Amino acid sequence: MSEKEIDHVTGVETTGHVWDGDLKELNKPLPKWWLYVLYATIIWSIGYWILYPAWPTLHGYTKGILDYSPRAEVAEELAAAKAKQAKYLDEIAAKSLGEIATDQELLPFVMAGGAAVFGDNCGPCHGKGGGGAAGYPNLNDDDWLWGGKLEDVEHTILYGIRSGHPETRDMAMPRFGIDEMLKPAEIADTTQYILSFSDKATDPVAAEKGKSLYADNCAACHGEDGKGNIELGAPNLTDNIWLFGSAPAAIAETIRTGRGGVMPHWTGRLDPATIKMLTVYVHSLGGGR
Amino acid sequence: MTVIKRAADFVHETSAAEAAPGIERIDVQPVSSKAVRETYAARPKIYPKLAHGTFRKIKWAVMAVTLGIYYLLPWLRWDRGPNLPDQAFLLDFANQRLFFGPIEIWAQELYYITGLLILSALGLFLVTSLAGRMWCGYTCPQTVWTDLMVVVERFWQGDRNARIRLDNSPWTFEKIWKKTATHVTWLLVGLATGGVLVFYFRDAPTLAAELVTGDAPIVAYVFLGIFTGTTYLLGGLAREQVCIYMCPWPRIQGAMFDRDSLLISYRGYRGEPHGPHKKGQSWEGRGDCIDCKACVAVCPVGIDIRDGVQLECIQCALCIDACDEIMIKVERPTGLIAYDSFRNLDAASHDDRAPLRFVRPRTILYSALIAIVAGLMLWAWLNRTILDLSVLHHRNPIYVELTDGSLRNRFTVKILNKLHEKRTFELSTEGLGRAKLSILGFAEDDPKIDVVTDNLRALNVLITVPKAARAKLDGPATPFRFVVTDMADGSQTDRKATFRGPNHE
Repeated sequence: MSEKEIDHVTGVETTGHVWDGDLKELNKPLPKWWLYVLYATIIWSIGYWILYPAWPTLHGYTKGILDYSPRAEVAEELAAAKAKQAKYLDEIAAKSLGEIATDQELLPFVMAGGAAVFGDNCGPCHGKGGGGAAGYPNLNDDDWLWGGKLEDVEHTILYGIRSGHPETRDMAMPRFGIDEMLKPAEIADTTQYILSFSDKATDPVAAEKGKSLYADNCAACHGEDGKGNIELGAPNLTDNIWLFGSAPAAIAETIRTGRGGVMPHWTGRLDPATIKMLTVYVHSLGGGR
Repeated sequence: MTVIKRAADFVHETSAAEAAPGIERIDVQPVSSKAVRETYAARPKIYPKLAHGTFRKIKWAVMAVTLGIYYLLPWLRWDRGPNLPDQAFLLDFANQRLFFGPIEIWAQELYYITGLLILSALGLFLVTSLAGRMWCGYTCPQTVWTDLMVVVERFWQGDRNARIRLDNSPWTFEKIWKKTATHVTWLLVGLATGGVLVFYFRDAPTLAAELVTGDAPIVAYVFLGIFTGTTYLLGGLAREQVCIYMCPWPRIQGAMFDRDSLLISYRGYRGEPHGPHKKGQSWEGRGDCIDCKACVAVCPVGIDIRDGVQLECIQCALCIDACDEIMIKVERPTGLIAYDSFRNLDAASHDDRAPLRFVRPRTILYSALIAIVAGLMLWAWLNRTILDLSVLHHRNPIYVELTDGSLRNRFTVKILNKLHEKRTFELSTEGLGRAKLSILGFAEDDPKIDVVTDNLRALNVLITVPKAARAKLDGPATPFRFVVTDMADGSQTDRKATFRGPNHE
């Protein structure tokens, strides 16, 4: 390998390696531009090690003299975003719900913020668009168990339903079946009478028997005519909106167990301005009542 | 193995014989020719000689006009009223608008730009099929800036021979300062180029002040730097390499030529056999080409046009000027190199003539396509909406039933006002009978929707079909239309939508 061998066809030096007796490789060095780029990147990397976090050590890593940290950068960006929102949040905190709901300047921020907070906190139960599910009210209709005015909605969000908070809405329906206040047959009769409010009764005889049972046990809260009572959170039984379903079995189950759905209180978890945004957003879904 | 020698080598190699009495035979070899076309070779440097004549004058004029447009356009003002930029030609990416004088294109209307690009391409096809690479030879920025860079080079270092001498001389003080001055001027030209480019994207006078004081956005400096670098690199250093190796157009343009296209051609039937012309020698029985190589010396891409049309030739017409000058000196007719068609060249070699045919299927096709695309664009522009309406159905829940048994759907309706004035609209539905429309935040009875100057307004719209009208609904999905009425002139715009209800019924 001491002698340089020149390939006679191309006039280029070979590497001296021979395969299959006569195959030789031409000695073509790397293109210069490529080589210089490689050297440049090596030099660049040394600068990088000095300036930026680079090498792992036993108890952490080299920090670099620029003291750069993506984590700190994110924190800074978040703080900057918060500072930008502060103007709106202050305004929201200062204004009443009614003022916010009609403030065309403020509304885009309130609706966007409300939608984001709703998705994070309310969506898991009520659905991303507030469509609800069995046991979790649909927030898009006009059937509001505890009232659909802005103030009512805010109160519900602040203190929840049967949440354990001192201010919470904690009226609860008795457990007529579990506590043996009504026999199963009586529950079935009452169910038929309740269904007759919305013309869904299938057994007129049972419904007739259920009438007096309803008057004795249910009418105090739900009203003689079944229209319900917002003060007590007693649902309207005459419409076609049923939180736990309108099948006789579902209604019978409600009478037996009282249901007693729970919504957590959000005061203390969300700040007042955020709750106001959320209130206006939820109210906008169906226009309240 | 053939080795290409640099043009500079030839200066010393051969003694400068005369091509004709009083006419120097320039010692120049084409860097790429029929005879010598190496696949692998280092780039030989080309020293274009200054040409004089009609086409050189035309090229100076084109250069002045194109550079003038490029450098001055951003400074042209256009009054669009308050709150709008007053720059006539502005690509306002920040606000997603493009302004061309009275024309304003929104981001969602970028298809007008697509149309413009298609028109440009078709125009290029038409011109190329008529008269070859007019674009490459006269107006391509690469050609114009290279020409400008050569002017700079010539200013500091002199014309062809002086430049070759300088390159071959040792590094003296004179060579160093001449070279330095050339490169510095190239960089300044690049800086001016990049500097003007950024003015197209932001109000020029403001940005100019910002650039000087250092307050301009970082992206402006970045692009200024990029375009300074690319102008220096492509115009000053790479030059014809860009046309030969980087640009796809030379490879495509062959498909636009045909036998009737006017191409810069060496009239071989007249020129051959070529050779030096001695004093008193008869022109009978020989060609007019005296092999002075003036055409090769002026060529910016370093070819010999006598080899015929070739990929490298950008058809800049400078060889026509160079040859005509010589022809006048030797008292032969000019036009030995000229714009000519293959058909006429063939005919002329049989002592015949073929008339020019500009109207042929190819040019008719390109012209028709141009007319169609231009017509479509004009039609689209004249029917451009000044109001856009978009409707989004909320899907969770897709519908709700209310306590009184009526059905309700919720929509987000967005109204986009493209006029530069506040407009008031009324929103209604069509095809849903007695459906009630209410907009959150608006009075029930008479909602007047103000949409300010070129802006978008999103409305939360509730459509309620009363219980009594539910029977008239078209099953679970009833098509209907949202109609927006401009209250000023009564003009309407509508959008399809669907009212959803329960499946059973």
